[in-house]
Amino acid sequence: MKAKLLGFLLVAGLSATAASATADDVAGVFKVVNGGVSVLRQGATLPATVGMAVYQSDQIVTGSDGSAGITFEDNALLSLGPSSRLALDRFAFNSTTHDGAFETTLSSGKLAVVSGKIAHHQLDAMKVRTPSSILGVRGTKFLVEVGGS
Amino acid sequence: MNARMLLPVLALLLAACAGPDRIVLLPDSDGKVGKLNVSNAGGETLLDSAYATASAKGDRKADAGRTDAGTVNQQFGVVLAALPPAPVSYTLYFTSDTDELTADSRALAPAILAKIAKFPAAEVVVIGHTDTQGSDDYNDKLSLDRARAVKRQLIALGFDAARISVAGRGKRELMIVTKDDVAEPRNRRAEVLVR
Repeated sequence: MKAKLLGFLLVAGLSATAASATADDVAGVFKVVNGGVSVLRQGATLPATVGMAVYQSDQIVTGSDGSAGITFEDNALLSLGPSSRLALDRFAFNSTTHDGAFETTLSSGKLAVVSGKIAHHQLDAMKVRTPSSILGVRGTKFLVEVGGS
Repeated sequence: MNARMLLPVLALLLAACAGPDRIVLLPDSDGKVGKLNVSNAGGETLLDSAYATASAKGDRKADAGRTDAGTVNQQFGVVLAALPPAPVSYTLYFTSDTDELTADSRALAPAILAKIAKFPAAEVVVIGHTDTQGSDDYNDKLSLDRARAVKRQLIALGFDAARISVAGRGKRELMIVTKDDVAEPRNRRAEVLVR
């Protein structure tokens, strides 16, 4: 009984640590904000500002007059054009080994990317999803438009 | 059919009318071109040359194509203009066994610091290094002192201390690889990474 309880506590403790580590880790910082730009985070809609941090699981939404640029911890640069929506599905980066994962989904609008250390270090560790496709990023600078004309 | 049923049908029609997803591979700032693998249920399309494009819709394999710089600027000018500045790094050198900059680096420092100040919401990482003279412990401390000296100068120029992180790498990451206990001015340095 005691061993079982201890095991449960250990597992609970570990998962709590793992959860807080990902939730607290800054993935990137807004460097450019023009017009209406918001961050959807845990059910709340926050206005984006220059200097504001972004985290894994955030969604970034730009209005018809909006655009935004973010620099990530692995030195990757991303920008969104007007009327765009990007979900930051996964971001993990070890600054010592450069191991990591960087996965986003563009569901509308336009995205520009300059990949960083994660993509440089490991083939296909950086991915961008669109409604039709998955992009495996092997470097470096590219553009994506969803449902363009 | 009532209006409530019509809406999803309209949404589907609109989605069907929208164009394909488009992907364009660009040369980077050095003129180098990377690679993109565009995959879906229909197959894989590899982009590996400047201005190569892929257009994908539904489950059909993406069509490969090509565009040019003028068309890209017309269609993607706004989103490209919103890209943050590329991170930059500078190297400052120190005199032997001190956290004081060499005369040359001292002369460069104001221009570098002014450039840093222009970065939007700049984040700065200063990493100090030493040559191989002295013990590991001694050089770990000296390298950290060097990084902190640069941080103090940034703060003196009005930089937010919370946006500067420092680290000392001792004699682990030599710019010029030498044997142990060798004086090498190019190894007595601090790297200032700005993004």
